[in-house]
Amino acid sequence: MSELKCIHGKADCFYEHYERKGEAQHQTHYCPGCGHGIAHKLLAESIDELGIRDRVILVSPVGCSVFLYYYFDVGNVQVAHGRAPAVATALKRAHPEAIVISYQGDGDLAAIGSAEILHAANRGENYTSIFINNAIYGMTGGQMAPTTLMGNRTTTTPFGRNVFNDGYPLHVSEVIATLEAPTYVERAALGNTKQILQAKKAIKKALETQMKGLGFSMVEILSPCPTIWKMDPVDAQKHVREGLAAVYPLGAKRDRTKEAEPRPAHIPAPALEELPRILKLDKGSDAAMPAHHETVDFRVKVAGFGGQGVLLLGQLLAEAGMDYGLEVSWLPSYGPEMRSGTSNCHVRLSNKPVDSPFVSSPNVLIALNEPSLRKFISTVEPGGLVFYNGTAIPADCVRADLRMHPIPFFAVADELGSTKVGNIVVLGALLSATGVLPLEVVDHALPRVVKAEKWIEIDRQALRRGASLLCPEVPVHV
Amino acid sequence: MPACAIEEAIDIKGYVEIDPEECKGCGLCVAACVQKVLSLSPQLNRYGYHPATNEEKPCNGCGLCFYACPEPGAIRVFKAID
Repeated sequence: MSELKCIHGKADCFYEHYERKGEAQHQTHYCPGCGHGIAHKLLAESIDELGIRDRVILVSPVGCSVFLYYYFDVGNVQVAHGRAPAVATALKRAHPEAIVISYQGDGDLAAIGSAEILHAANRGENYTSIFINNAIYGMTGGQMAPTTLMGNRTTTTPFGRNVFNDGYPLHVSEVIATLEAPTYVERAALGNTKQILQAKKAIKKALETQMKGLGFSMVEILSPCPTIWKMDPVDAQKHVREGLAAVYPLGAKRDRTKEAEPRPAHIPAPALEELPRILKLDKGSDAAMPAHHETVDFRVKVAGFGGQGVLLLGQLLAEAGMDYGLEVSWLPSYGPEMRSGTSNCHVRLSNKPVDSPFVSSPNVLIALNEPSLRKFISTVEPGGLVFYNGTAIPADCVRADLRMHPIPFFAVADELGSTKVGNIVVLGALLSATGVLPLEVVDHALPRVVKAEKWIEIDRQALRRGASLLCPEVPVHV
Repeated sequence: MPACAIEEAIDIKGYVEIDPEECKGCGLCVAACVQKVLSLSPQLNRYGYHPATNEEKPCNGCGLCFYACPEPGAIRVFKAID
């Protein structure tokens, strides 16, 4: 006599009881005939068969499958709508030994989360994405999804999906397969038992791809939604087979599992204490920090053409001020102007905490061109300093209540070998006129701001040349 | 489930056990069953569904109904092992 043995039953991966609201804790919350339950079973069996249950972290989405964590006895993170790929990326990088599986519907993955999935796939993140495509928003009651078939009536396309109004059904797997990085992308379906078993093979293969460290894997699963489709479950299954699968062809869209090499381990971020050295922020930190007995309140506006070194001048001044023990702020303001547009920045140096980095009434204006001078001259506080890159202040810009220094800074820089250091010449002049910082402090800060070594020496010369320009003070030309 | 009935059956190749309280009566297993062993019960379960039933008839234990079923634990498939 033969013995009867249970060959198919509830996967170990499922909880025995689903601890959710209400009394129905022995069945899922899905509608009769819903594809999610089948997909859950396939995933649970695959996890059991691969023996990875203790390593799995599931990322549950927003949508009908939001309650994954009621069913799967594995690690779980429930994420915001569409953000599963970003969270899965973080989980996998932080826990490379974990098997990270995101589970998303088409409203979640193909609509609000389309950017996330595209970039995670494009980075080849080594996690597995299970993408349930039922061509509709189910949980919210049947709105059109990007995957909805042409002509389908939904609550948001009551006259049927129209190409000119709503575009075409989005073929996510094909789109992902155009990217270079993904290792395995397959579209499966739940239209009959044969398709269901093929879907399980695909899920298992995707998980194995991740276990081998080969990179991004995704299984799109065409799935029935009898309730929203207004079909009985058997007809809905038929519609998956004949309707959906006709528009979304099944099969592997990308399979590089044989030739792909395991991805190298993700390089962890350096320790916090290493950062100053790596970012070269440790240079100059040995500068003397004198006590500031006098009140320092420099509100500097630097303005000029993009490319003149406006931002760098301000940054260098702020960095040096910080080294000198002052409170500083640097606020760049730039639009789409890499070259020949206007650019300006706000710098504050103070011996008190800076309340706002915004400088609306500067007491120092550095105008590297005439438009900048005209734009900002009226904002300068009485008694303030003005450095203007030119041989003379235009007559209509002269203000008797200011100390104005027109100097052709860039011509001076040219004599030193490069007009590019004109901004540093200005800084030298500013420091000598005000005495706010010793030149050596700027020397210390320079390598942090100017990365290319070859400029540092000429910058130091430019700083000193600039400092020599204002001795004696250049008279104002009217 | 009539365990004793199974044990007493000598020639059966397989058997399907359905939990009538987990079943939602979607009918996918009935459609998947090539041996036509399954049907929807005329009885309602406590949630108002007509659950699937095999009326205690044996089958070949192919397992197609199991994969068609969306509920994790509604169907268990037994197969005769020599």
